[in-house]
Amino acid sequence: MAMLHTVNKSPFERNTFDSCIAMAKSGSSVLLIEDGVIASLKGTSVSDKVSKAMENVTFYVLGPDLNARGMTDDQIIDGIKVVDYEGFVDLTAEHENVQAWL
Amino acid sequence: MKYSLLINEGPYQHQAVDSAYQFAKAAIAKGHEIFRVFFYHDGVNNATDFAVPPQDDRNITANWIALAEENNIDMVVCIAAAQRRGLLDANEAERQGKRGDNIAPTFRISGLGQLVEAGIESDRLLTFGD
Amino acid sequence: MSEPWEDEVEGPVKKFMFVNRKSPYGTVYALESLEVVLITAAFDQDVSLVFSDDGVFQIKKGQSTDGIGMKNFSPTYRALEGYDVEKLYVDKESMEERGLTQDDLLVDVEILSRAELADLMDEQDVVLSF
Repeated sequence: MAMLHTVNKSPFERNTFDSCIAMAKSGSSVLLIEDGVIASLKGTSVSDKVSKAMENVTFYVLGPDLNARGMTDDQIIDGIKVVDYEGFVDLTAEHENVQAWL
Repeated sequence: MKYSLLINEGPYQHQAVDSAYQFAKAAIAKGHEIFRVFFYHDGVNNATDFAVPPQDDRNITANWIALAEENNIDMVVCIAAAQRRGLLDANEAERQGKRGDNIAPTFRISGLGQLVEAGIESDRLLTFGD
Repeated sequence: MSEPWEDEVEGPVKKFMFVNRKSPYGTVYALESLEVVLITAAFDQDVSLVFSDDGVFQIKKGQSTDGIGMKNFSPTYRALEGYDVEKLYVDKESMEERGLTQDDLLVDVEILSRAELADLMDEQDVVLSF
């Protein structure tokens, strides 16, 4: 079973996202929550970096945090799966462990 | 599954405690158990008995108290972090000669050992912080 | 068949990893996470510390804090060995990015690549981030 990583900070605010993907093993998952959802947007200066990371790691984004920030599902990078809090819970149960990147 | 949550930030300043609350509710809705919620660093400030947030917004402390009472969640506030930040229960306040105590009901003050125990006893220990 | 003295360890032993990514003094996390490390070791758990990103500065030599009026807690890292906390790891790239070498550090550490650290993290039972 793989690890679930959560990232809660915007890639424009901190290097949290970069640090996470540098250490996330191939086959693991990353869930973007809180301000971290900003990394899921299409058409930003980091979108390419995120898309590249998706080659190794499965990305999820917390829908309620997206909506709170005025973003909708069609504005996020293709292939990033939107989950709600119950989906977040399921992800933590399905993965061997959870690591929070703050 | 048995979960414990570590909350590192105080109310309203960071989304951490809100995210933890929404997670806890969802986990309970899915039939999981929340064994312990451990408040550390500024997270101890969530245990204040004196918050009076505006009526049209969520009352973070009250929400946690209600959730903990309904679901038998052990809410622990780290004593070292609490002392530094001035969160005292009645015993501690008297011991230290302070004029009042300010921990809300349902929260209990204890040591970091409770966090370690939560890590040992739970299937998952999640961190919510800055 | 185990020897009598080998049965003395009571309770499960889990692998706890502490990931330190922040500079000391700018925030409280370095100091307060160290307190968790010591308690976890006192509970006879298998403790590893990882210093990455600005966390590498937590173990830099020559910290002199009189000017900022804060307690210099860096000697505590040297005391970790006495608490059987010997697994200290530093991310090689984080050190290089910040122009640091092993000589700049006040404790013995194992310097690992990000890939090696990723493998190590994968083996843990509990990962705590500060």
